[in-house]
Amino acid sequence: MAAALCAATTGLAQDARKEIQRYREMVAEGSPAELFELEGEALWKKMDKCDLGLGPGVVKGAYARLPRYFKDADRVMDLETRLLYCMTTVQGRSAKDATARVFGSADRPSEFESLSAYIAAQSRGARLEPGATHPKEKASIALGRELFFHRVGPWDFSCASCHGTEGERIRMQDLPVLHQPQYARPVMASWPAYRVSTSQFVTLQWRMNDCFRQMRTPEPTFGSETTVALIHFLTATAKGAPYKGPGSKR
Amino acid sequence: MAEQRPMKMRATLGQGYTDVRVLMTHPMETGQRKDAEGKLVPMHFIQNLTVKVNGRTVVDAQISQAVSRNPVFSFRVKGGAKGDKIEVAWSDNQGESNSLEAPVA
Amino acid sequence: MNRLRRTLVAALAFAVLRPLSALAAWNKDAFGAKTAADALKSLGIGEAAPSKELAIDAPQIAENGAVVPIEVSSSIPGTRAISVIIEKNPFPLVARFEFKEGALPFVKVNVKMGETSDIRAIAEAGGKSYSATREVKVTIGGCGG
Repeated sequence: MAAALCAATTGLAQDARKEIQRYREMVAEGSPAELFELEGEALWKKMDKCDLGLGPGVVKGAYARLPRYFKDADRVMDLETRLLYCMTTVQGRSAKDATARVFGSADRPSEFESLSAYIAAQSRGARLEPGATHPKEKASIALGRELFFHRVGPWDFSCASCHGTEGERIRMQDLPVLHQPQYARPVMASWPAYRVSTSQFVTLQWRMNDCFRQMRTPEPTFGSETTVALIHFLTATAKGAPYKGPGSKR
Repeated sequence: MAEQRPMKMRATLGQGYTDVRVLMTHPMETGQRKDAEGKLVPMHFIQNLTVKVNGRTVVDAQISQAVSRNPVFSFRVKGGAKGDKIEVAWSDNQGESNSLEAPVA
Repeated sequence: MNRLRRTLVAALAFAVLRPLSALAAWNKDAFGAKTAADALKSLGIGEAAPSKELAIDAPQIAENGAVVPIEVSSSIPGTRAISVIIEKNPFPLVARFEFKEGALPFVKVNVKMGETSDIRAIAEAGGKSYSATREVKVTIGGCGG
C-alpha cells in the first residue's frame, strides 16, 4: 500500500537532488560502517580457511568477484551464501546453528552483517566482476533477469514495478532503474551498507528479503537460488563499476 | 561493557593541525523509543567526551541524547607530530565508559 | 609577600585555574531545558551576536532525521566553547564543546533532528557570545527496508 501511494511519476527537482547527494556524501564521510568492519575482521579469524573464490583465506578483492560458481558446492553463491557454506564446512557448525540469526538488530549485528562489512571493505577500489562464464553462472544471471521482471504477490509487483522506469521516485528518493548499467553501477558499488534510519548494517541478502516483503510476498529463504540469482543479475548489470566499499544509506 | 562497544579512531596530520576522527558504538537512546514489545527503552547515552593529546585534555565535551546513534566525531588539535598520543574517552548516563588511544599518523 | 596577600593570590589562582583543570560536569538543567533560551541561560551564555566568523556546514535536506551531519568552525579569536542547538528538538541543547589550549574550535558531529528546524551554533570567545544559524529540512526517505 505504502509503495503504491509513495511512487510518483515526476522525478525530484534538480536542486533537491543535488542537496540530497550532498547529504549522502556527508553521511558517508561520517559513517559508522567501519565499526562493523572491525567486528567482521575478528569473526573472520575464526573461519579464515574459507575460500571466497580466490583461494582459502584470500579476502582482498574477493567480494568484487561475487557471485560466482563454486565447484565444491556445485552452485552459484553470493557472499552470504558462501559464508553460510563455510560456517557449516570450515567451522563444522550445523545449518540450524549457522542460520539461527541471519539478520541482526540495531543493538547486535548478525555475524553475516559484520563479516559482510569486513569482506566487502577488502574489495574497495576493485572493479565489480561477478562470475559470468561458467554455464551455471550464465543461467544464474538469466534467472535473475527473469525474476527482476516477474510479477508476483497480491499486488502483482515485480522489481521492475519500482526499479524499471526512469523518473520514478518514492518520497524524496529517486528510484534507480536497476536493469540498466548506468544506474546499477553506483548502487551495487555501495552495498552492503549502514542504514542510518535503523542504525543497522544491511546486507544484500537482507535487502532482497526486504524488497520481497515490501512487495507483500512471502520472504525468500536466506541464500536461496532466487536471492542469489537476483543479486547476480544486479551485480552483472553493474559490471565494471569500481567498488566503493560498505556505504551509508538513509 | 567496554568490549561490547568498539571504538575506532584515526588521527592524521593536516595543515597545521591534526585531524582526529573517532567512531564509537553506542545506542544513544533518547528514552522516547519503544521496543518490539511496546515498552519504552530507557535513556542511555554518552554524556561526556574528552580528547587528550599526550595526556593533556584539549577538548572537553558534554553531549545529549540528540547526538546520533553510533556517534562519529571529528576534532582538530593544534600542530601535532607523528607519534603524538591522542586519547578519546567517553562516559555515559548509566556509568559505562570507554576510551581509545591512537598515535598520530 | 605577607600572609593575607598570599592567601588572596592563592584564592584567585584557584578561582582562575579550577575551571581549566576540572572537567565539565554534565549540565542537567541546560540539557533538560525545553527552549533554546532556557538552555542558554542555564549555560550562563548571554545574548549572542550573529557572526560571519562562525560557520555551520550542514546539508540543506536530510533524507533522514536520525543522522544529520553538521560541522561547526569558528575563526573568532579566543573561541573557547561552541554549543549546538536544534531549535525544534524537544530538548534544544544538543552539545557543548569546550576547546582548551591545543585544540581548534572545530567539530563535526552527527545529530538527530525530529523535524525541519534551524540549527544554531553559539561560540563563546573573550567573554562574549556569537551565533550562526542554518536551516536543515528533514524528510522521510523511501519506503522502509
